[in-house]
This record gives sequence, C-alpha cells and structure tokens, in this order.
Amino acid sequence: MEQEIKLDKSMFEIVGKDVSKSMEITRPSMTYWQDAWRRLKENPVAIVALVLLILMFLMAAFGPYLQPYDYAEQDFMSINNGPSGAHWFGTDPLGRDIFVRAWMGARVSLLIAVVTAFINFTIGVFYGGVSGYRGGVIDNFMMRFIDVIFSIPSMLWIILLMVVMGSGIQTMILALSITGWGGMARLVRGQVLQLREMEFVMAAKTLGADSKRIIIKHLIPNSMGPIIINLTFAIPGAIFTEAFLSYIGLGLPVPTASWGTLANDGAQVLLVYPYQLFFPSMLISITMLGFNLLGDGLRDALDPKLRT
Amino acid sequence: MLRYILKRIVSMFITLWVVVTITFFLMHAIPGDPFTNEKKIPEEIMANLKHKYGLDQPLIVQYGKYLQNLTKLDLGISLKYKSRSVNDMIKEGFPQSAKLGLTASVFGISLGILLGIIASLNHKGFWDYFVIFIAIVGVSVPNFVFSSLFQYVFGVKLGWLPVARWGTPIHVILPAAALGFRLIAFQARMMRTSMLDILGQDYIKTAKSKGLTRSKVTRKHAIRNAILPVITILGPLLAGMLTGTFVVEKIFAIPGLGKFYIQSIQQNDYTVIMGTTVFYSAVLVFMIFLVDIAYGMVDPRIRLDEGQ
Repeated sequence: MEQEIKLDKSMFEIVGKDVSKSMEITRPSMTYWQDAWRRLKENPVAIVALVLLILMFLMAAFGPYLQPYDYAEQDFMSINNGPSGAHWFGTDPLGRDIFVRAWMGARVSLLIAVVTAFINFTIGVFYGGVSGYRGGVIDNFMMRFIDVIFSIPSMLWIILLMVVMGSGIQTMILALSITGWGGMARLVRGQVLQLREMEFVMAAKTLGADSKRIIIKHLIPNSMGPIIINLTFAIPGAIFTEAFLSYIGLGLPVPTASWGTLANDGAQVLLVYPYQLFFPSMLISITMLGFNLLGDGLRDALDPKLRT
Repeated sequence: MLRYILKRIVSMFITLWVVVTITFFLMHAIPGDPFTNEKKIPEEIMANLKHKYGLDQPLIVQYGKYLQNLTKLDLGISLKYKSRSVNDMIKEGFPQSAKLGLTASVFGISLGILLGIIASLNHKGFWDYFVIFIAIVGVSVPNFVFSSLFQYVFGVKLGWLPVARWGTPIHVILPAAALGFRLIAFQARMMRTSMLDILGQDYIKTAKSKGLTRSKVTRKHAIRNAILPVITILGPLLAGMLTGTFVVEKIFAIPGLGKFYIQSIQQNDYTVIMGTTVFYSAVLVFMIFLVDIAYGMVDPRIRLDEGQ
C-alpha cells in the first residue's frame, strides 16, 4: 500500500483545448422510437413473434383463397375427414373444410380483437387523460366510478351485455368495448399524474399552451410507451374473450366462423376427431403467444427501466 | 387499521348495490318478456304468469321488491324450473365449484411460487428459461384448450384419470390442473420478478456478508419480502378463476354453479342469470376485500399509506 508513485512532468503532454471537437456529435442522435426499434431488433424472441403475427394476419387475408372451398359450403360426401391433401386441416361433421374455416375465423377473431383494442384505447386515453389532468374532485369521482364498475370481472358484464343484446360480431365488439377500457384509463391517469408535474409541462404552460394542447402534445405522446405495451396485451385478451364467449355458446351465429366457434365445434367431437379442436386451438394459442411475446419485447424496448 | 376496514366494508356494500342495480335494469332492458319464447300461451295464463313473477308491476316497484328480497338473501325463483329457487341452485352448485376452485388455487399458487423461486435462484440458467417458457405458455393458451388436452391425453390416450364426471377426489385432479395452469403461470412470473428484485437489494448483501447460509438468506430474507406483491395480484386472479370454472365445469361435466350459470344463459332464464351474477359479484368483492386486508396486515408500509 505504501508503494511510492513517481510522477514525472515528462509523462504528460499538453493537449490543449479544441472547441470545435468538444462540440462534435459523435453518434447520430436518435429519437425515442428509433432507439426503441433498435432495442427491439436485438431481441430475437420479439422479432420471431412479430414475424409470426404478420404471417397470421397475411394468412387471415389470403388463407381462405388457397383452397377451392367456401367456408359455409357443406359436403356430405366427405364429413369428418382427417387432414389430407384435399383438406389440409380436414373437414368437420358437416363436411366443411376446416382450413378455410380456420382462416375465415382468423379474420373474425382478429377483427374483433383489433377493433375492440382500438376502441378501448381511445376511451381509456380520453378518460384517463381527463381524470389525471383535472385531478381533485373530478379525478376522485371518475376513479371511484371505475373502481366500482370494474370490481367485478368484466367477463360478467360482457356475458350480461351479450345476453341483453343478442349474439353477433357487432354486439360482441360493443360489449367488449363497453367493458374493456378500465385498465387503460387507470394506466393513462397514472402516467398523466406523474408527467403533469414535470418541468417541460410547466414550460409549456408558461409559454401559454392550453390544457388541450398540453394533454394532446405533451402528456399523451410521453405516455405512449406504456400505452402501446398495454395495447399489445389487450389484443390477446380480446381474442381469449371472444373464444371464451363462443365456447360457452354466447358467441356468433352459424355459419359464421371464429376461432371460438371452431374450438367449440371441435370440442363436441374431441374424443373421436381430436384434430378438429387441435387446429383452431393451435391458431388461438400461437396468436396469443405472439402478442404476449411481442408485448414482453416491447416492454423491454420502450421502457428499459422495467427490464427484469 | 379498523377505520380502513370499516371504510372498505362500506365501499363493498356500495359496490354491490351498484352491481345489483345495473344488473337488474340491464336484464329488464331485454325486449319482450321471458315467456315469449315458449309455445303460444293464452292471454289469461300469460297475465297470471306475469302476475306470479310480479312482472305486471312497474319496473321501479319490481326493483324495490328485488332489493327487499336481497336483504333477506332471497334471489328469486327460476323461470324455467318453476319449483327451484336460485338459492337452491347456489346451495347445490357452489360447494362443487368452490371445491374445484380451492384445489386449483392451492395447487396453482404453491406450484407457481415454488417455480418462481427456483427460476430466480437459477437466474439465466436452464430452470429460469424453463419457468419463463411455462409462464408464457400458461398465459397464452386458453383454459378450454388445456382442459380438452388433459382430457384427451390423460383420460383417453393414457387412461390414467377419469375423462369427466365428479364425485371422488380423483375426479378433481384433471379439472383443477386445467384451471390452475394459468395461475401457475402468473404466480411464477410474478414471484420470479419479485425475487430478482429483492435479491439485488442491499439488505440481502448485508445478510450474506454477515455469513448467513444461502438457504437462510433465501428463506428468511428474500422469500418473505418477495411474496408480498404476489398477494396483491391474487384479487384479479381469483376473478379469472371464476370465469375459468364456467368452461372447465362445462368440459368436465361438473355439477357446479358455473354449469348452472351457462345453462341459464343458454335458456334465457333471467332470474337465474341475475341471481348468479349478484352472487358471484358478492363472493368476488368479499374475496378482494379479504386479500386487501391480508395485504394490509402483512405489509406495514401499506397501513401507513392508508392512514393518511
């Protein structure tokens, strides 16, 4: 420890001060989104999930045209055929081609999921934004309302609404939209409460920006990370709810195919023809897996603080 | 603490009242009346029927009567099985559902926590990735798929366990496993994250440097603290369990309340739908109340926050 360190003037040289160099930008500046995308690209699991989901959407768009059958067309000469060259996923007890039905079902399920997620997003951002920004009595009242309504599982509300409104794609979207925005509203409120105390909001206020501008231009864009993550997890939730409702017989009227109705049909003949449940279940599971993995990846990419 | 409990009890009753009111008016917003689906009934009998169920009175009187009966814990009579009351159905079905739900909870929570601990102690090792995999699959695969899969593999192919029905303890295994899988997934993930967070804390380092053994540090310091957040997500998870029982009971032909509920939905038996919804809400709100109280007792930090 006591070793003596010898320092000599000759060991140093004067570098001088170069003003132009100190101002030099060594790396290209990146926006938040470019940075997030860079982090997401480095996550192989998230990218695989993304590719899987893109494939899923492409197949929902073009899958039904790969086979010469119609999704409602019944062929009593070939009922309950196992998967073969003619029917890739086999046929159901009415002789309908399961491959075509599965992708028609994908359209319905994905449509319901994406539309309801978007509506929930809109309501949730608006409600949470107002609640968090106004604060005080209004915030308290708005949040108590959410607490009361969402203290019982939304599934019970959805079931009640479906009983009241009858089954169908529109009613299902409506029921899921009415009941699904609570989580998003809470999230946005929390974000806004945190952000509105920040200096840049004060700066905006000082410069004369009104509430609307502050909410739309400053608070919401800055909460976008958590919102997108929430949205990614909301979509598989909606897919699951649709499947669940169709499964208990509250879903869509025949002959409409959705993943839920297909799984329900398949479950009836599970013990004899397991493949009829296998294919729709697999598609539901892969899609939900894709969204969940992508959501995890996005959480790591958009909100590095949360990384575990 | 006492004040907090009292406050929670009051808010519990307000919540229930709101739920009852919304449910009541929703169910009475259904166009037509519950008897129109049946075969043509003469005017006089129709009038008598309506009179018997009090449907000829103004809505607000019916509502008052419903509330009055509720205070006596009377949920009304089934419209389809004229001699059965909703209370009877609950008495018959709920113990079965509770048995299934409790088994699944105990199994799911304990296994989930165990897996979470194993994963965190083996951070970035094989078991860690294994648990992450289980957690992602458990969240992504709907429980009706698990139910059917277990039924097919263990019931039909291997013949180890009964395919369906209810009665002896051995009948509980498959449905409880199918129902508990999601719980394992959530708890394992939560516990893993929580443990990793705690294991990085300074007091763990202190405990280690004091010379405590690894197992003692884990048991006495890490797990005890890490388990707290796991309790908070119990509330929402219980809600998920509840809707899970609907499907699992249907698939395994278990005579539980979920089966009655689904049946009443398919038969448009309004009083049963209403009564069961109210009952489910009451059970859930009460459970969440218990979870909150338990959390307040375990974690002194919460008590301080609520005292303000």
